Amino acid sequence: MFLINCPFCGEREQSEFKAGGEAHIERPKQPTELSDDEWAEFLFMRKNIKGVQFERWNHAHGCRKWFNIARDTSNDQIKAVYKMGEKPPVK
Amino acid sequence: MSKNLRYKSSKLVDETYRISFKFNNKIYYGYKGDTLASALLANDVHLVGRSFKYHRPRGIMTAGSEEPNAIIQLHDNTSRTEPNVRATEIEIYEGLVASSQNCWPSVNFDIGGINNILSPILPAGFYYKTFMWPKSFWEKYEYFIRKSAGLGKSPKEADPDLYEHKYIHCDVLIIGAGISGIMAAKMAAKNGLKTLLVDEKSFLGGSTIYDNSEFSKINNQITSSWLEKEINEISKLENLEIKTRTSVAAFHGYNFLLARENLTDHLPINQRDNKIRHRLLKIRAKKVITATGAIERPLIFDNNDRPGILLSSAVKKYIDLYGVACGENNILFTNNDTAYETAMSLVQKGIKVNAIIDNREVIDSKLSYEVEKNNVRIFKGHTVVDTYGYKRINGLSIMELSKDGQKVIGKKIRLSCDSLGVSGGWTPAVHLFTQSGGKLKFREDDQVFIPNKYPSDQLSIGSCNGDLSLEEITTNTVLSVKKFLNINNIDYKSFEIITGIHKSKRNIWLLPSDKILGKTKSFVDYQNDATAKDIKLALREGFRSIEHVKRYTTTGMGTDQGKLGNMHALGIISETAGTKMGEHGTTTFRPPYTPLTFGTIVGRNVGEFFDIIRRTPIHDWHVANNAKFENVGQWKRAWYYPKENENMHQAVQRESKAARECAGILDASTLGKIDIQGTDASEFLNRIYTNAWSKLDIGKCRYGLMLNEDGMVYDDGVTTRLDENHYIMTTTTGGAANVLGKLEDYLQTEWPELDVYLSSVTDHFATISVCGPHSKKIVSKVIPDLDFSDEKFPHMSFKNTKIGQIKCKVMRISFTGEQSYEINIQSNYGKSVWEKCMEEGKDFNITPYGTETMHLLRAEKGFIIVGQDTDATMTPIDLQMDWIVSKKKYDFIGKRSLYRSDTIKDDRKQLVGLLTENPKEVLEEGAQIVADVKKSPIEMLGHVTSSYYSPNLNKSIALGVVKGGKKMLGQKLIIPMENKNINVTVADPVFLDKEGKRLNAKL
Ligand SMILES: [Zn+2]
Repeated sequence: MFLINCPFCGEREQSEFKAGGEAHIERPKQPTELSDDEWAEFLFMRKNIKGVQFERWNHAHGCRKWFNIARDTSNDQIKAVYKMGEKPPVK
Repeated sequence: MSKNLRYKSSKLVDETYRISFKFNNKIYYGYKGDTLASALLANDVHLVGRSFKYHRPRGIMTAGSEEPNAIIQLHDNTSRTEPNVRATEIEIYEGLVASSQNCWPSVNFDIGGINNILSPILPAGFYYKTFMWPKSFWEKYEYFIRKSAGLGKSPKEADPDLYEHKYIHCDVLIIGAGISGIMAAKMAAKNGLKTLLVDEKSFLGGSTIYDNSEFSKINNQITSSWLEKEINEISKLENLEIKTRTSVAAFHGYNFLLARENLTDHLPINQRDNKIRHRLLKIRAKKVITATGAIERPLIFDNNDRPGILLSSAVKKYIDLYGVACGENNILFTNNDTAYETAMSLVQKGIKVNAIIDNREVIDSKLSYEVEKNNVRIFKGHTVVDTYGYKRINGLSIMELSKDGQKVIGKKIRLSCDSLGVSGGWTPAVHLFTQSGGKLKFREDDQVFIPNKYPSDQLSIGSCNGDLSLEEITTNTVLSVKKFLNINNIDYKSFEIITGIHKSKRNIWLLPSDKILGKTKSFVDYQNDATAKDIKLALREGFRSIEHVKRYTTTGMGTDQGKLGNMHALGIISETAGTKMGEHGTTTFRPPYTPLTFGTIVGRNVGEFFDIIRRTPIHDWHVANNAKFENVGQWKRAWYYPKENENMHQAVQRESKAARECAGILDASTLGKIDIQGTDASEFLNRIYTNAWSKLDIGKCRYGLMLNEDGMVYDDGVTTRLDENHYIMTTTTGGAANVLGKLEDYLQTEWPELDVYLSSVTDHFATISVCGPHSKKIVSKVIPDLDFSDEKFPHMSFKNTKIGQIKCKVMRISFTGEQSYEINIQSNYGKSVWEKCMEEGKDFNITPYGTETMHLLRAEKGFIIVGQDTDATMTPIDLQMDWIVSKKKYDFIGKRSLYRSDTIKDDRKQLVGLLTENPKEVLEEGAQIVADVKKSPIEMLGHVTSSYYSPNLNKSIALGVVKGGKKMLGQKLIIPMENKNINVTVADPVFLDKEGKRLNAKL
C-alpha cells in the first residue's frame, strides 16, 4: 500500500485515495467538431506505460481534492505530486 | 507399542509439565514446549499423512514453517476445527486433538494408495489431460478426487474465536529473531530507534540458540550461551518491542507489512475464552531488516519421501532443542558439512549414527574427523540410490558417484536405518524480500539466490542474505546494519569465531540412480507429489518458463509454496534445458508466507460489523411495523411490510393497490442529495445533464439524466431550483457517492473556472413520500399552513414551509405516476413527521410500502431504474428517452458519444415493454429473449430487466432490452425457459396512464 503525499493534507495511506487514470488528457473544448476517431482517441486511448506515468488521484476519504502524481509503474515509486493545472515535472 | 525417544530435555521443554493429546484417536503424552511434531516423534510416530496425488505414506520432514507433509486437521468435529495446520508449528496443549487429513479412510489404510501403483498413468498434467475432457465427466470424477485428495475439512459452524487488527508504526522492523536479528535489534534499540522484533517461533534465538556444541564458539563462549546473554540484554531495552509467535505474512511496497500474532493457539482450550486468538498487525516501518534465515534443502533421489526421512537440520533441532531422537539407528546423507553437526549432536547423546553418505569425494573439516573418531562410517563420493520401508524407512542402498556426478558406478551397498537426515545445503529465505519487489542474483559458488536490489528502505542480513557461516553472519551483520541505520554507538567490536565446518559443497540437483528416470520417484515437491520425472516431462512437452512448468506439474503450488523443492525444480530445468540458473527466472513467492486463517484476515469485520450499515431516521418505525429489509448499497431499506401471514407477493400486491387507490407512504431518505450552489450552478447543470436547465424557474423541479462521457446512462434523479444560484439534486440511492465524486472531478479538473460548490446533504434530511389519490388531503393535514391547491402547488414544484417551528421542504414529484408529495425535514424529526402522516392518513387507508412496491409501481409507468433496466451499455436513445436529450445544447457530458457510429446503429439493444400471452405468467428477470428457438445456435436478442404481476392492471408486465426493439412493437418473441417457452408480445414500456392524468387526479 502506497503512502501518498496529498498536496493539501500531507502523507496518507493509499486506502484514503481513489485512482483516476492517466493525467493531462484534456476534455476537448468542441467535441462536436471532432471525427469519431478523434473523439475515440480522447475517450478510450490510454498509454499504460511501464515507467514514470502521470496519473490523477483523488483524496476521496480526505479533502476530496484531485491532484496529479508521477508514479513509476514498475516499482510504484512516486516521483512527484503536483496540483491540478500545474505542469508535469520533467522526468 | 510406542517407544520413548526422549533423551534429554532442554531449556525449551519442561519435563515436569506433562501434557496429553490425541492424534488419530490415540492418546499420547508430551511436555510443555513440544510442538505436535516433536511430541509425536518422541512417541516414535513418523507417519502423519498421505501425499496428495499418489497417497504415499508421509512423515514429518522438517521442524518449522516450511513443512510440506505434516499438515493436520486440528480440533476434530468442532466449530474450531481447522485444516492445513503444520504439526511442526503447533505447540501442544492439554486436550489437543488432531488427525491426519490427507487420507481416507485412515492413515494406515488409505484407499488412494492405489494411485501409487497406478502412478505410470498419473504423470504431470494428468488432471488437466484426463479429467477436463469430456467436460461432463468432471462431475463424476470430482467427487472421488475431492474425497480421496482430502484437502481437510472446514468447520460447519461459525468461528467462536475473536480476532482483531492493529496498526503499528515503528522506525525499524526486524523480521526474525535468530542471531543476526537479535544483534540488529540491539544495535537499533540502543541507538534510540523505536524497534519491533518479530519471530514466528515461541522462543528467540533461531537455530543458534541450540548451537551448543564445543565446536562452535563466539569470543570463547559456546555460541548458544553467547546468544543467550545477548537476548537477556535486549529484553531489557526500552525502545524494543518483541513479539514471538508472530509470523510476517506479507511484505508490500512502501514498507507496509502484514503479520499474524498468534496469541492463544498454544493455550489449553479452557484458557482461551474472551481472548483474542490472532491479531493481524498492519505494520508501517520506516526501515525493515529481514533476518529470516535459511531453509535447508533436501536431496532429490529415488524414494526420498518415506516417513523417517527428514532434513538433517530438523534431526538436529529435534535432539538439541526438544531432546527427541528421530530414530535409534540414524543415517545422514549430505553434500556439505552441516550434516556433521547433526551427527555430533546425536553421537554426543549416545544415539547411534550408522553412517554418513556424502556426495563429496574430499571432506576436510575438524568436525568430520571428530565424527569419524566416534565410529561413524563415512561413505565419500557416494549417493543414496533407493530407500526401503513402506510406512517407515528401514534401509537404503548407496552407490558411488561418477567423477562428473551424472552416473552411479560400482556395487550397491545396502545399509539399515530407521531415520535418514538429508542435507542439500541451504537456501536463503528470500520470500519476503521478493514479495516486496526485490530482485535476486544467483551465486554460483553454492548455487543460491541472494538479494540484489532493494525496492524500499530495507536490508537483508544473516543467512537470508547468503551469509551462511557464523563468521560472515556476525561480521557482516554489524557492518551492514551500522551503515543501514546510520548509527555509531556499537557494542560489538570484533568477533573471534571457532567453527568445526567448512563451506565446501557438491551440488547435484537430481542425483543419479541405477534405474532409468521413468522408474524412479524422486520427489521435488512433497506436498503436491511432483517428481523430477514430471518436470522433465513438462520440458519435453515444450514448457520453458518456470511459471508454466510450475502450474503444469503443480510444483510449488501447495500450501508450503514449495519452500523445500523450488530450487531443485529450477536446477533440474536448467540442467535439462542446458541453460544457466536464473535464466528461467525464479518463481514468484506470493503472500502469505504461511497460510492465514480467514478469521485473521477479517478481524472484527464479521456479522453485523461486516460492512457499515446505514439506517434511515425512520428505521425503528419500520422495524416496529414488521418491515422486511433489503440492502441497497450500505443502506437498509424497508422492502415490504407483510401483514399476518402474507408472503412477499401478497404484501406487494396489497401495497401496490393501496398506493394507487388510496394512499401510500414511502421512506425515500436514502436517495442521494447534493446541495449545489454558486453563480454558475445553472451552467454546471447544463453541462452534466442531457436536458436544459437555464430556464428552470425558481421553485420548480426537473427530472435529469446524467451520462458518462461514452454516452451511457450513469444516474438519474430530480433536481430542484431553490434559488437563483441554489439547487438541490437527488441521485439514486446506490449512486450518491459516485455521482458526487464525478461532479467534483469535472469541477476541479475540467471546469475550474466555474463558480460552483457541492456538498452532500443525504444524511441531513429525512424524506417521506406520500402518494396516491388521497395524498393531498393527508399532507394538507400534516402541514396545514401550506396551500396545496394545484394552482399554487402544481406537479414538479417545490415549497419551503414549516411543520410547527421546524423548517421543511416539500416537493411535488412522482416516481409512481400518482399524485405525490415529498416532505424533506431535518433528520431527527423524520420519524415524528412519518408518524404524523400515518395518523392523518389513517382514515384514507394510508399504507406504508417498501422498495419492492416502489419498483412495481414505477414499472407500471415504464420508469427506468438505473442499474436494473440499464447497464453500462444503454444510451438514452436506447431507453426510448430521446425526449430528455437536448438538441439545442452545444455540449454536455456524453453528447458527442451519442452519434458515434456504434451508438447510432438501430439494432442496438433497446428498452421495450413485454406482455406475456398468458397474463398470469410472470417472467423471470434476467431471462433471455429470442425470436426463433429452432435456429441453431439460437440468437439471443436481449433479456428481461424488470418483471412483476401488476395488481392494478391485473396482468403480468415486464421491461426488457431487445436488439432493435423499438421497431418491434406488437411483434411476438419467445422467452425460452428450462421446461417451456413463454410467448410474449413487444409493447410500449408505459403500461399505465400514458397521458399522466393520475398526477392531478381528484377524488
Ligand atoms: Zn487531501
